Amino acid sequence: MTAATAPEAAAASTPGEGREPDRQAPTSRTVRRGLPLVPAVVLLLAFMAGPIVYSLYLAFTNRALRGEGASETSFVGFDNFTQAFASADFWNAVGLTLLFTLVSAIIGQNLLGMALALLMRKANKLVTALTGAVVIGAWILPEVVAAYLWYTFLGDEGSLNQVFTAIGLPPQDWLFSVPILAVSFANIWRGVAFSMLIYTAALAQVSPEVEEAATMDGAGRIRKFVSVTLPIIRRSVATNLMLITLQTLSVFGLIFIMTAGGPGTSSQTLPLYMYEQAFSYGQLGYGTAVALLLLLIGGLASLAYLKMLPEEEKS
Amino acid sequence: MTAAATSERAPSQPARTTELHPDRGPGAAQRVVTVLSNIALLVISALFAIPLLWVVLAALDPEASLAVKVPSPPSLANFSAIATMETTFRPLLNSLILCGGGTVVTMVCSALAAYPLSRYRSRFKRPFLLTIIFATGLPITAVMIPVYALFVQVNLIDSMGGAILFLAASSLPYAMFLTKTFMDGVPIELEESAWTEGATMLRTLWSIVLPLMRPGIAVVTIFTFVTMWGNFFVPFMLLLSPEKLPAAVSLYTFSSQYGQIAYGQLAAFSLVYSLPVVALYLALGRRLGSGFAITGGVKG
Repeated sequence: MTAATAPEAAAASTPGEGREPDRQAPTSRTVRRGLPLVPAVVLLLAFMAGPIVYSLYLAFTNRALRGEGASETSFVGFDNFTQAFASADFWNAVGLTLLFTLVSAIIGQNLLGMALALLMRKANKLVTALTGAVVIGAWILPEVVAAYLWYTFLGDEGSLNQVFTAIGLPPQDWLFSVPILAVSFANIWRGVAFSMLIYTAALAQVSPEVEEAATMDGAGRIRKFVSVTLPIIRRSVATNLMLITLQTLSVFGLIFIMTAGGPGTSSQTLPLYMYEQAFSYGQLGYGTAVALLLLLIGGLASLAYLKMLPEEEKS
Repeated sequence: MTAAATSERAPSQPARTTELHPDRGPGAAQRVVTVLSNIALLVISALFAIPLLWVVLAALDPEASLAVKVPSPPSLANFSAIATMETTFRPLLNSLILCGGGTVVTMVCSALAAYPLSRYRSRFKRPFLLTIIFATGLPITAVMIPVYALFVQVNLIDSMGGAILFLAASSLPYAMFLTKTFMDGVPIELEESAWTEGATMLRTLWSIVLPLMRPGIAVVTIFTFVTMWGNFFVPFMLLLSPEKLPAAVSLYTFSSQYGQIAYGQLAAFSLVYSLPVVALYLALGRRLGSGFAITGGVKG
């Protein structure tokens, strides 16, 4: 960072000394320096900002794939939103999304990721490397493959029931009896490596001296972790929580392939509800309104993440 | 999973007594902690490995079922069964075009944009960066319906080019942010002499800065490519023709058509499709952590 700002200061204090081959007026200099940004900005405006702005319009219309809203789109005001807030299916999806995020991200990935990172500091190198390979292996597999693996793992004749039968427990059809837990566990399996990597990086920054001082004072391990280590890495914890929440909110493929939101709507989170409304029922306007709500939640979480990021990353 | 989360506390109990005598040597208590940690990690690894084990064993078993079973005898019949243009090669080629194209666009835009962001100071820079970081957090899933509607309007549905540009745009904020952070780590002194000799910005970027940050560029490129390779929702929404579908979507189509009968072939296809990303991560090796330190707000 310091290296990057040094020449700026130098250039400012010695204007026109030839540090840079540039003696044009400040405005044209700004423009010329900004030129390399153009391709990225054009792409982002056209394919990210464009759709977001478009969704602000679409969410207030009755646009549909077929039927009335297809031939002629008309403005319907807040109808889509009032319809959503009055819909039991919508609230079911909201509840399931919260449950899915809570169980799989905030509890599952977060705690297991921390546990793995802590254990890896104590375990021997070989075991650490092996665990890292397996956990990261689960993470790098494409979403569709992970979904398919868990579909077979939890299936009626699948491996989990095989294990259950072997130890004398009654087998069951997990995808049918506890679908939201089934997809939550799949998401923990698939996503825990992210938290593990973030926490491993964070714990590596905690100096052994600090922890040793606590040991000298006679603090037990749990005490030491809660009152010494955790406060030091708290920013990483907050950042990680925010990022995994964002990732989990928008999980689509994993659930779509494992349960397709079913049976019925018992694992239909917001992204799946949104998809069903927009494409199965053809209500593009209504689906966009739901998407906009999801975007809003994501946007708020993203703002919180932005606030937490250390100042030097933003300059 | 909760058992795993609490198991970290288990090793602490026997160790507590010796914590009062802080000798740095690998005392008996220290060894107990190591052993218990090893056991806990091995149990977690074993649990994590079962689904992975299934895909490998089932791929080698022509009579594969849903359960984990050692094939007798193992055979490559599943692989030869799927080794056709329609099932395997064309979807993989499509994935390569889609993700390769997307990655090239993303990386060119990121490298160009990162240079002024890393090297110059301007009052527009901070708001711009904040917007980019904000955009990294937006759920892409939520914009897919408006994107679909927009693509229908401008006739980009089922266009490979449209899908490439959208994938590139959606991974651009994160790639730009990472590239800029890696570029900040390249000392500026070498460029100063290039500037005095009158080298253009583009020339300086290409022949001085980028070669110096090759490891960082590799991290961003591989991250971008792997993310695109695994992306299901975007091509699922934007591409329709069977001959344009990438492996992520064709695996889904295949499984809904033949999934109930051909488990072995499905496992084999999953393996073939996953192989490139596994290879790329192995190539990345220890550098994997560096991207995470940045995202997590930890100084690397």
